[in-house]
Amino acid sequence: MDWVNVILQGVLLGGLYAMFAAGLSLIFGVMRLVNIAHGDLIVLAAYIALVTTQMLGINPLLSLVIVVPAMALIGYVLQRGLLNRTLGDDLLPPLLVTFGLSVIIQNGLLEIFTADSVKLNAGPVEIESLAVGGGLAVGVLPLIQFGLAVVVIAALQWLFYRTALGRAFRATSDDQPVAQLMGLNNAHVFGLAMALSLAIVAIAGVLLAVRSNFDPAIGPARLIFGFEAVIIGGLGSMWGTLAGGIILGVAQAIGAQLDPGWNLLAGHIAFLVVLALRPQGLFPKVQG
Amino acid sequence: MSSISEFRVQHSNWSSRIGTTIVVLAFVALAAAPWWAERADLRLLAEIYAYVALASLWNLLAGYAGLVSVGQQAFVGLGAYLLFGLAMLGEVHPLAAIPLAGIAAAIIAIPVAALIFRLRGHYFAIGTWVIAEIFRLLAAQTTALDGGSGTSLPAAVIISIAESRQMREFVIYWIALAQVAVILFGIVWLLRSRYGLALTAIRDNELGARSNGVDVARIKYCVYVAVAFGTAMVGALIFLQKIRISPDTAFSVNDWTAFVIFITVIGGIGRIEGPIIGTVIFFLLRQTLADLGAIYLLILGVVAIAVMLWAPKGLWGLLADRFGWQVFPLQRRLIRKR
Repeated sequence: MDWVNVILQGVLLGGLYAMFAAGLSLIFGVMRLVNIAHGDLIVLAAYIALVTTQMLGINPLLSLVIVVPAMALIGYVLQRGLLNRTLGDDLLPPLLVTFGLSVIIQNGLLEIFTADSVKLNAGPVEIESLAVGGGLAVGVLPLIQFGLAVVVIAALQWLFYRTALGRAFRATSDDQPVAQLMGLNNAHVFGLAMALSLAIVAIAGVLLAVRSNFDPAIGPARLIFGFEAVIIGGLGSMWGTLAGGIILGVAQAIGAQLDPGWNLLAGHIAFLVVLALRPQGLFPKVQG
Repeated sequence: MSSISEFRVQHSNWSSRIGTTIVVLAFVALAAAPWWAERADLRLLAEIYAYVALASLWNLLAGYAGLVSVGQQAFVGLGAYLLFGLAMLGEVHPLAAIPLAGIAAAIIAIPVAALIFRLRGHYFAIGTWVIAEIFRLLAAQTTALDGGSGTSLPAAVIISIAESRQMREFVIYWIALAQVAVILFGIVWLLRSRYGLALTAIRDNELGARSNGVDVARIKYCVYVAVAFGTAMVGALIFLQKIRISPDTAFSVNDWTAFVIFITVIGGIGRIEGPIIGTVIFFLLRQTLADLGAIYLLILGVVAIAVMLWAPKGLWGLLADRFGWQVFPLQRRLIRKR
């Protein structure tokens, strides 16, 4: 029964990883940009949530109402003001600029909030659990997190294939000059894609902050988890990303059960195994 | 029609003759530093050599071969840990352990490259970071070297370098200087060879290089392994000088990748002089701004982004384009034989 429990907890954790991955996957799909600062933006969202909850005295989950639009705005401005200038055939500028951004966000947060780790308190919901039979219980909070991840991914899927904005995303993804000829403003479309990506980052950041301690240095590891979920799931597939997150979460949970030191290593090994045996990922949709 | 035998390739020009002379004189002066510099200055110089070496290797990887790695700390740390393992557990002489660490790291880089070369472009960059994370976690699990808390070289190993403390400082200083000299001149030699022509072609236009018959994939693979070899030896020497090692310092992304990338970008990526200029600027900034702590890294990040956007070839690129300067004889000009 222990193992069933371990796998169940891993699946629920996987929802959070899928959320780290969804924003990353979205902007790569639309503009072939890999945002190295993605993990640090998740941490930035967590700190914005911290400030919001402290100033307004509201529940962290309620702070989403403020954090999500704030991060979306940051995303749009960042894309129009900085990242659009780096796009082109050359790989180097976007990588180096987002890498620089990562260092800037990390050290900026370190300067303002110090290296002390903090956590958001979501109140009694944190310790509530539901009995699911067989002596197993799942926490309400992890369940909410997983549910939110499924909703976010379903919403992205709907947005991509059922709305005008999604059509614009797919059009610029397929052929930028032609999309421009058809009357789309690519710079604006990219700005919206980054805004959407950081809105998801905001949700992920708040959930991360409620789930565990965080400090300014944990961003890169979140980037890596999100990246591994994308690659395991397969590029361009939203549901694949969820599957990738779940596989990563389960691998980590199993590793931690075997030996606490093997928690993260087991996740990385799962990633390497997929890379070795099926480099296109489990459910690929586009060619990278 | 004139036949090809009527031409020869000229690498040097007036600026490279002056530049090479200055570089050679500088090396002679620096080799004599133990006679004119204080101990603290020697340590600072050795640190500068390490950064010139690391940045030059990263420049070869990213600037020429187009392999943008943000995970070179994997090989700095691997080399350092191999040195500690060989010296403490294998009882190898620490100086002999430096090249052995390089060779072992190169052998490890072969399967690593095979795996991460499956990731294209941008994702390759993050893949290199994953590798560095895996190495760091494995080092933290190595109980023989005290796992996560790290370990120090025992006195017997340190004394085996040289009897007196002063001589030890000198020996490590000279090795650091020799290391950067070999790496710099190795890169010059490589770039002057036909492989260098291929690498320069890849830098300028990968598709064009491929359509002219350059085996791009194979060259990238070889460069990755060769850079791992050099990076690991530099890492081994850095931590031989520090005497103490821990997973977090050996695999630090700030120390061994962020600084190295900023140095190369600010100095001029894709040019051999760039990392040297960048390192000089980096250390000048550090000596003046070091008290600022986290703000210092923040400023470096802003400067690097600004350079990337408005002067993507870096400071040396601006100068070289404006005046046609080159320090090392690397250009190729066809001259008709008389």
